[in-house]
Amino acid sequence: MRDPVLTFTERGLYCPAGDFHIDPWRPVDRALITHGHADHSRSGHGRYLATTQAAPVIRHRLGAIALETINYGEVRRIGSAEVSFHPAGHIPGSAQIRVAVNGEVWVVSGDYKITPDGLSEPFEPVACHSFISECTFGLPVFKWQDQGAVAQELNAWWADNAAQGLTTLLGAYSLGKAQRMMSLLDTGIGPILTHGAVAATNAVLCAQGYALPESTQITPDLRIKDHPGAVVLAPPAALGTPWARKLGPASTGFASGWMRLRGVRRRRAADRGFVVSDHADWDGLLTAIRTTGAENIYVTHGYTEIFARALREMGWNAQVVPTEFGGDEDDTTADSA
Amino acid sequence: MRDFATLFATLDQTTKTTLKTKALAEYFTRAADEDKLWTIALFSGRRPKRAVTTTQLREWAAESAGVPLWLLEESYPIVGDLAETIALILPPAETCSDLSLSYWINWLRSLSNVSPEDRKMLILTAWNQLETTERFLFNKLITGGFRIGISQKLMTRALAQATGQDEASLAHRLMGGWTPESTSYHALIEAEDKAADLSRPYPFYLAHQLDDLPENLGNPVDWQAEWKWDGIRGQLILRGGGHHVWSRGEELITDRFPELARARDFLPDGTVLDGEIVTWDGTQPMSFNTLQKRIGRKTVPKKLLKDAPVILLAYDLLEDNGHDLRDTPLAQRRARLDALLQDLPSEAPVRPSQIIPFDSWQGLTQVRTRSRDMRSEGLMLKRRDSPYLVGRKKGDWWKWKLDPLTIDAVMIYAQQGHGRRATLFTDFTFAVWQGNELVPFTKAYSGLTDAEFNKITAWVRKNTLQRFGPVRQVRPEHVFEIAFEGIFESPRHKSGVALRFPRMSRWRQDKPVQEANTLEDLRAILAAHG
Repeated sequence: MRDPVLTFTERGLYCPAGDFHIDPWRPVDRALITHGHADHSRSGHGRYLATTQAAPVIRHRLGAIALETINYGEVRRIGSAEVSFHPAGHIPGSAQIRVAVNGEVWVVSGDYKITPDGLSEPFEPVACHSFISECTFGLPVFKWQDQGAVAQELNAWWADNAAQGLTTLLGAYSLGKAQRMMSLLDTGIGPILTHGAVAATNAVLCAQGYALPESTQITPDLRIKDHPGAVVLAPPAALGTPWARKLGPASTGFASGWMRLRGVRRRRAADRGFVVSDHADWDGLLTAIRTTGAENIYVTHGYTEIFARALREMGWNAQVVPTEFGGDEDDTTADSA
Repeated sequence: MRDFATLFATLDQTTKTTLKTKALAEYFTRAADEDKLWTIALFSGRRPKRAVTTTQLREWAAESAGVPLWLLEESYPIVGDLAETIALILPPAETCSDLSLSYWINWLRSLSNVSPEDRKMLILTAWNQLETTERFLFNKLITGGFRIGISQKLMTRALAQATGQDEASLAHRLMGGWTPESTSYHALIEAEDKAADLSRPYPFYLAHQLDDLPENLGNPVDWQAEWKWDGIRGQLILRGGGHHVWSRGEELITDRFPELARARDFLPDGTVLDGEIVTWDGTQPMSFNTLQKRIGRKTVPKKLLKDAPVILLAYDLLEDNGHDLRDTPLAQRRARLDALLQDLPSEAPVRPSQIIPFDSWQGLTQVRTRSRDMRSEGLMLKRRDSPYLVGRKKGDWWKWKLDPLTIDAVMIYAQQGHGRRATLFTDFTFAVWQGNELVPFTKAYSGLTDAEFNKITAWVRKNTLQRFGPVRQVRPEHVFEIAFEGIFESPRHKSGVALRFPRMSRWRQDKPVQEANTLEDLRAILAAHG
């Protein structure tokens, strides 16, 4: 029997043929990184490889690291493995990583969604023999609404708040979700303000050429009264803090796939929950898996046991792989997503 | 249904009571009478008769969604609500309709007359014309339990705003054994109705927990002290030659406590008493454990009547000679209560709950330490000149409970919660040491902050040793202080004890697991307080 292309180790996914890891969670010599979220892109590795589009944010977050870049679709040889990065549609710059050894192809999905969000490079299906798929929302109760319908709800809420003299405070993860929400906003309603963490990410992405609406960073000397009817984008952790209270009377909202569940919505105790996720929903996961043509499916973070069983009943050879991913929209940290 | 769904979405979207009241009042102003009646019924815990079993609903929903039944079943605990799970899992509706809430309720009632096959077809057709929120509500009508963060008090206030009626008298109207099938909006809210008035209890006045020192309440002479009994708060109503017993949860419990019927032999018609139903050994209350045997029973076997007889320990007189006394100061109500009960023979099922004389807060603090010997949970403090108010109002009535008993225990099993806590591990089993073995002795669900639940949830996911269905056995590593109100011998439990109202009072992150308490410690508490 041939050695598997990728193995599952305590440090993370490992390719023996190329002697590298993918999104490892313990320090390794050489790490291939799917995207810049903290659970996939950690500090302490010897060398990094990421897409040209993902690199600036990773550098911004991890500081001085030995980071090499690669273009989408470009094939690079590492040891006896051929690797290439393909758009995952999760956030700007995010990638799936294809690894081929002696004609056997494995694809690591990283985090992904298959519907275009207008900002991230759209998901591209990659044919393979084995597919390692996330399944954060791998239950049939998770189905996302059309993005246009969410945008309408979002803007109606904002306009309504502005009319009542309330500031609109929207919690969204500072890398990816915040920018996506910004791109859905109707800037005719009012000004956009940003928390420092969101502003910093915006600056990096704008410099790369991603089109974002104009916004103003909230600094200690900014007076909210000078920005009537504003919407404020902030990381979820900032909501309910003294920082948020300084914004005065506000209506708060959250954007996350978890907002699909009433229980989670109520636990958040926000005024509004918008069902917007950068992960694939149930149908999205099945479509992605089907289009890879893969026979072997390894499922990671999410409702893995249930999802793997469902895949097996549909005829795939599916197994659960334990990983330490699940930072941006995992249910355990739904409060930070 | 769309109007009701919009109302529901508005209520569900906000945490602010004023906005909820406003939305509900607006609905009560514009909706049709039949819809209003049903809305009041649903938000006060009434629901239409179940026309379809939840088993059928699950099967039909899974089939319609094209997923295996097990997958729906696995999704249910994660969503935390069956009606919601089904609403989310079904494919999007292909048509839409705008039929009223009461239309759908009557439609559901008519289902009991059709064959099972037709019933399925009709339900599928209904699902196919309702959007997700409407579908969720439709399913809720079938499965029951409209717990959506609308208290009866909030609903009553909204209704008062919409109708211009007095809130307290509306609250009184909404009490009692009415159903939407047996009344109308007009009869319930607007019309005079003598017969219904006969059975109607008064809204209960509830005490606040005293967290401050009693010294801050002012002069002791202004206050009346009583034991705080650990029983069932109830109103005994003697009117029109009959009697009714109501629990604080507005449940009619007359039949569960047949002993109280004899009150009619000793007390005049036109009397309403507020008090505590307790099991009585002839001189003092028996443990809550004994009362527990009576609580679930709608009919009571003779032996239980003999082993666990109940009486009402009365502490307030709300109606005397048919007159509503609630605006009369407590001291006067109490004097009339004592006059009414003073010469009753010992076989009467009603006794006055004793007033505890005291002249200083310091002295009373001493008395309080004897609460457990008196089979009570602490003291009640009531202002002598207070009227009998509605609901939980701060200032006049305080419960001054004993500090709970505590023990440090090790968490050994964890399970996810339901509803708003569905994605968190919130239900835990705790154990104490017996030699090198951990013996489970209680479960607890409450007491931690959301942040602590988040933290422990992340830990549980990484430290699961074994799974038994939804239950995870976790590494015995964390010690929690468990607070509880009472402890009883219980042969049904491995540990031999059962706790009353256990909860997590502290996460002892400072305490190594070896230093948690032992079964011997727990038995010592049982010996002292059981």
